[in-house]
Amino acid sequence: MNETWIALKELRENRMAAVGAVIIIFLVFVAFFAPFLAPHNPLEQNLEKRLLAPNSEYPFGTDELGRGIFSRLLYGTRISLEIGVIVVGITALLGTILGCISGYYGGIVDEIIMRSVDVVLAFPSIILALVIAGLLGPGVFNLILALAVTHWPGYTRLVRGMTLSVKEKEFVEAARALRASSFYIMRRHILPNCINPVIVLATLGIAHTIIFAAALSFLGLGIQPPTPEWGAMLKAGIPYLRSAPFLTFFPGIMIMITVLAFNFLGDGLRDTLDPRAKEMLMMRK
Amino acid sequence: MTRIKVENLKKYFYSGIFRKKMIKAVDGISFEIKEGKTLGLVGESGCGKTTVGRTILRLIEPTEGKIFFDGEDITSIDGRELKKMGKEMQVIFQNPDSSLNPRMRIYDSIAEPLRIHKICNKKDEKERIYELIETVNLNEELLFRYPHELSGGQIQRVVIARILSLNPKFIIADEPTSMLDVSVQAQILNLMKDLQEKYGISYLFISHDLEVVEWMSDEIAIMHKGKIVERK
Repeated sequence: MNETWIALKELRENRMAAVGAVIIIFLVFVAFFAPFLAPHNPLEQNLEKRLLAPNSEYPFGTDELGRGIFSRLLYGTRISLEIGVIVVGITALLGTILGCISGYYGGIVDEIIMRSVDVVLAFPSIILALVIAGLLGPGVFNLILALAVTHWPGYTRLVRGMTLSVKEKEFVEAARALRASSFYIMRRHILPNCINPVIVLATLGIAHTIIFAAALSFLGLGIQPPTPEWGAMLKAGIPYLRSAPFLTFFPGIMIMITVLAFNFLGDGLRDTLDPRAKEMLMMRK
Repeated sequence: MTRIKVENLKKYFYSGIFRKKMIKAVDGISFEIKEGKTLGLVGESGCGKTTVGRTILRLIEPTEGKIFFDGEDITSIDGRELKKMGKEMQVIFQNPDSSLNPRMRIYDSIAEPLRIHKICNKKDEKERIYELIETVNLNEELLFRYPHELSGGQIQRVVIARILSLNPKFIIADEPTSMLDVSVQAQILNLMKDLQEKYGISYLFISHDLEVVEWMSDEIAIMHKGKIVERK
């Protein structure tokens, strides 16, 4: 049986990872069916009912413009997951390809790619993302761009290291002796053997991206009102922190739960998929 | 007929950033292997015998010297000609644990050479693979397993089946049995001899085990520090 598949079966026995997975499945469900689950239109204002505490009509209360916080949070799940998945999809793909090329060819190509990585990593990533988002202006597309620019180097470094070790293996030499093209060797031999740690990093990356996106929106550089985004909702709630804490409490909780769920799953995947982490775990036992 | 001929082959490695250090891994080696014959290359570890194999395969470029295959100079061919040589000349490596891609089923590993060289269509491919797996005395069931489910001896058989698919005329065997049990070792060596008789394959048999080499080879060359110091 395929190694990845065996590892995924093992994963079911990891309680933390299972909890994470269940929460994520639940969140995906919520994101898909938000229009059916939400009791109110997330954008509809009702100034007569502003800043209501949680009650039977509005489970989590209403915000400063009389919109149901519960409904807004449900729709917010969509945006956060979308951004997380899109950004990680782009960065993991791009970073993996660059890392593989870098490690396989070495020399000047490697030098150029890895020095670019160093440049990006030399900036604190939140500052770099702030600068990019600030220059380009707020909006979903620009937010995704800012996050993608700051998040690809991790994958590149990881995959480059993996490639360096895999390409010394005898089956790669054998493929070269068969005169397979470099593209073929990377696609069939090197990438499949690097993919496990990438899956781990990507899962943890989704958590990181979601919290980053919320942070940028909180600072006013990401998603703009009236779109129901968790970070933006936090920001809107600040003036009412004392009088109506539920404005900030519930979005904060949602961010925390989501990020925790992805972190749990990522840690679990690391234990089962990443051979080096597995060895370290064995040593500890 | 001379299958492979090596003339004054040299491979130097350079290392060090500030003071260039030069290592003469292979330092002027010449030999010939005839059709259907075996040359045994013996030497202690680090004497450059593996480098000889890799240089002939053109996995690394020789510093100096010439390599002839069937009388044709292949020292500096590239592109299409080099790809054609891939069919004529093949290699068996030492370590069964990493000889096959752990993420490919045995079937796909054996089919790989056929696919890279576009030798046959899907239907013929299947037939050919079943034929090959029988040639190396392996059970068909193994075809749909992954390498970690096979023993070292089985993997070396798979490796042999996989390169046989190309009908190579010359095989470099780089310590093919040094990591196997003695009994399994004998089986693999016998298989290699049978195939030699059947298909007229020439071998360059690299090993540090003099007994094994004596049993396998028609001629023996002993290497020390990059040079051939004795011939038998």
